[in-house]
Amino acid sequence: MITISLLCLPLLAAIFLLISRSAMAKQIALVATIAELVIAVVAAVQFVQNSSVQFLANYSWIPSLGIDFKVGMDGISLLLVLLTAFLMPFIVHVSFKKNYDKEWAFYALLLLAQSGLIGVFTSLNGFLFYFFWEAVLIPVYFLAILWGGERRVAVTFKFFIYTVLGSFFMLLGFIYLYLQTPGGSFDMAALQSVQLDREAQGWVFWAFFIAFAIKMPVFPFHTWQPDMYAESPVSVTMLLSALMVKMAVYGVFRWILPVTPLAVEDWGNVVIILSVTGIIYASCIAIVQKNLRRLVAYASIAHVGLMSAGVFSMNAEGLQGTMFQMLSHGIGAVALFYVIEMIYEKTGTMEIASLGGITSKAPVFATIFLIFILSTIAMPLTNGFWGEFLLLLGVYKYSMVLGTISTLTIVLGAVYMLRMYQASMLGKTSAVTQSFTDVTLQEGIILSVIVVVIFWMGVQPSVFIDIAKPAIENILSPVTQTVIN
Amino acid sequence: MNALLVLSIAGLAALFSGFSHNKKLAVIVSLLGLAVAFTVNVLDWNTAVRYYNDMIFVDNYAIAFTGVMALTMLLIVALFVDYKESVEVPNAEIFALLFFSLAGGVMLVSYSNLLMLFLGIEILSIPLYILAGSKRHTLTSNEAAIKYFLLGAFASAFLLFGIVLIYGVTASFHIETIAAYIKNANGQPPALLVAGMFMLIGGLGFKISAAPFHFWTPDVYQGSPTIVTTFMSTVVKTAGIAAFYRLFAYAFPAITAEWIPTISVLAALTMTVGNVTAVFQSSVKRMLAYSGIAHAGYLLIAFVSISSNPESSVLYYLIAYAVSTVCAFAVLMVIQHTTGSEEVDGFKGLSKRSPFLALITTVAFISLAGIPPTAGFFAKFYLFSGAVKAGHLWLTIIAVLNSCIAIYYYFRVITAVYSSGTDSTPIELGTVQKAVMIITAVLAVALGLFPEMIISLL
Repeated sequence: MITISLLCLPLLAAIFLLISRSAMAKQIALVATIAELVIAVVAAVQFVQNSSVQFLANYSWIPSLGIDFKVGMDGISLLLVLLTAFLMPFIVHVSFKKNYDKEWAFYALLLLAQSGLIGVFTSLNGFLFYFFWEAVLIPVYFLAILWGGERRVAVTFKFFIYTVLGSFFMLLGFIYLYLQTPGGSFDMAALQSVQLDREAQGWVFWAFFIAFAIKMPVFPFHTWQPDMYAESPVSVTMLLSALMVKMAVYGVFRWILPVTPLAVEDWGNVVIILSVTGIIYASCIAIVQKNLRRLVAYASIAHVGLMSAGVFSMNAEGLQGTMFQMLSHGIGAVALFYVIEMIYEKTGTMEIASLGGITSKAPVFATIFLIFILSTIAMPLTNGFWGEFLLLLGVYKYSMVLGTISTLTIVLGAVYMLRMYQASMLGKTSAVTQSFTDVTLQEGIILSVIVVVIFWMGVQPSVFIDIAKPAIENILSPVTQTVIN
Repeated sequence: MNALLVLSIAGLAALFSGFSHNKKLAVIVSLLGLAVAFTVNVLDWNTAVRYYNDMIFVDNYAIAFTGVMALTMLLIVALFVDYKESVEVPNAEIFALLFFSLAGGVMLVSYSNLLMLFLGIEILSIPLYILAGSKRHTLTSNEAAIKYFLLGAFASAFLLFGIVLIYGVTASFHIETIAAYIKNANGQPPALLVAGMFMLIGGLGFKISAAPFHFWTPDVYQGSPTIVTTFMSTVVKTAGIAAFYRLFAYAFPAITAEWIPTISVLAALTMTVGNVTAVFQSSVKRMLAYSGIAHAGYLLIAFVSISSNPESSVLYYLIAYAVSTVCAFAVLMVIQHTTGSEEVDGFKGLSKRSPFLALITTVAFISLAGIPPTAGFFAKFYLFSGAVKAGHLWLTIIAVLNSCIAIYYYFRVITAVYSSGTDSTPIELGTVQKAVMIITAVLAVALGLFPEMIISLL
């Protein structure tokens, strides 16, 4: 029942907004997302820490094709649902000061996207997974194309075509797997237990991987991403970087690792090399960026690159690191984009060169920004540390050379992040930062919630790691078995 | 079978209702006729009776497709109530011609004798030649009519020649007798029979506008009055595909090795030509013509997956396609009337002028593009599943790549709808027009969410 309410609450709120066209759309959306968070926390409290799927709900949908509306959560799903529920209030709130045309539609679409995301993270049927996967795209497409920046049309178009291209191949992969199941079923367990030979696994692997690689994005499928991040409304940029990227990583956990372990063995090194190339490439580009949002966009490619390297290294550290880093990166991305949006509201610019000297005008703001940055560059005591530490450990175990190169993420990350901080916050004040005001009490409370979570996860990572641990071990056990055989 | 009678009588009734001074009478008679035809048609469900010395075999396959065509035409006739484009022929005559054409369509989905196939095609086509030219004083409409007629006659000749060759070998027009003859030939069918079969492929390929027999389609679709184009791209396409499939499923299932390679190439060619050419169109009407070609290509994939029993897949696909296409054309008619253009640019600023129309356009084109949660998505999914099941992985991959190309041009329209335009005067819609749009859009989503009700039919 909890899973169904998690799915339906944003959906119903969205429908309500669409029908009522309420002038209070912002407030309604915020209340709905907070209520969703409460339900998610209740689920987390009731969750029993083992590898089983809990909060199951199963309805017959298209019985003649073996398609059920089956949803439920294991540890991996639960963490991502929690992440979605935790971040959505911020994603909704960040647009409060914008006076968008037809606000009700804007917030309704955000809520629809949330419902779709929860669907992706909880569905236990391949067809349903694909259904939600695509369903998320539609609200995001409209959000970006209706409320985006000047070049929104071309950029959103590219993004859309790119992602749909990928997901069509994934659909083909699902159909192929479906036909291998005895009796024909799209049930996740049935699809995961399909035994394919090495060659067939390779094909299925690539069908899925292209879809996930475009969405993550893994180098060289990333070209849609920086423009899209820069042109979208800030809520959508957050949604994309913090949550939709995780859909792809989650997809790897659910479909690639359990279904095609032999192909991961064959092709994992290619993917990891691509990922590591992406890390270096994106970090180098991030160093020379002049726009705050673009810089964070490239930083995001670098961080996701490390995650995909970790997940394909196929060991417990790599997977747990990926899981933890998904949470940290989601929170970090929302935090950074939130702060950048505040800078933009106060100064009207995101160009790093025209900022500076904010520390002297707004010390609290600058401190909070510094904490967010330290978390992104994996400072111990922050959440970023555990994720990257485990990830690097995982990649290092897979290959010493690649692991060593991946360590550059942290070094280069420190370079571009601290340079950005230095140029935008320290030094002399500029024309636009002359009258920079510090955070208000309300803003301070909102930001400090994130700060608290950053430190909580940094100090007590085991709380979060333990939730997903049994499920991850469950994924790994058949993988290690086949590798040993 | 009763449906055929009802449709013929309704056609005559619609024709004579033209004498009345009440202009609405013809519409009412037509709608009533279609509703009755649909009902008597459905009453025959699960009876499977042979009529006219076994010329027609009304099985569930025939009933399902007849039902689809009758309902689609019902929607199209309803669109006539608020139709503004000048058609220089009285409505009553148009309706009568549509009815006669539909009667031909019914024969096409229920024939069990090749002569009925030929008769059906002719009865379907001759009214269409007139309808295509019904804007008598417009050059493009004249061009459409003459082009359609000349090439259509040519294709009919091919069809007839094919039938004759097959008769020469098997001494029968009856599709089941032909099938039995082929079965006895133990996989070694006479060359003449195979030649005849290829002639049939050519003739029917023309009707469903499969490449390379598609060259008439864009000009005819664009030149005809939009409402006739709607009819051609939905009802006529349904009849053509259903007839084509019936032929291969009933007459030639024993020699799949002879025709599967040809149809596979035809399918790949048709969808690629349709989609790639559609990308370069600036006129939405012409683009929809090419998209219709592309959809015929996807449907041909169902033919080659005959081993996976794709009847219900063909049915679902055609329903999804008909619903979305009627919806798209209904919007196009309004745009044509208000902006005087059928270009993609005419859709610009639509979200400001009429949010309702913008939403309808979005649903229609998302469904045509095949994205969840619409019927167009499930149609493609179901079709592709059948193809992979039958082992046509490469053909499916080509189809998937094509679907991506298709998204490009469908979403160009959606993108135009939400970009800013020059004109911002609100658009007024007629009640019936609005109702048709709502019904088709709701169906496009509802069928996508609950496909079971259709796919469990056949």
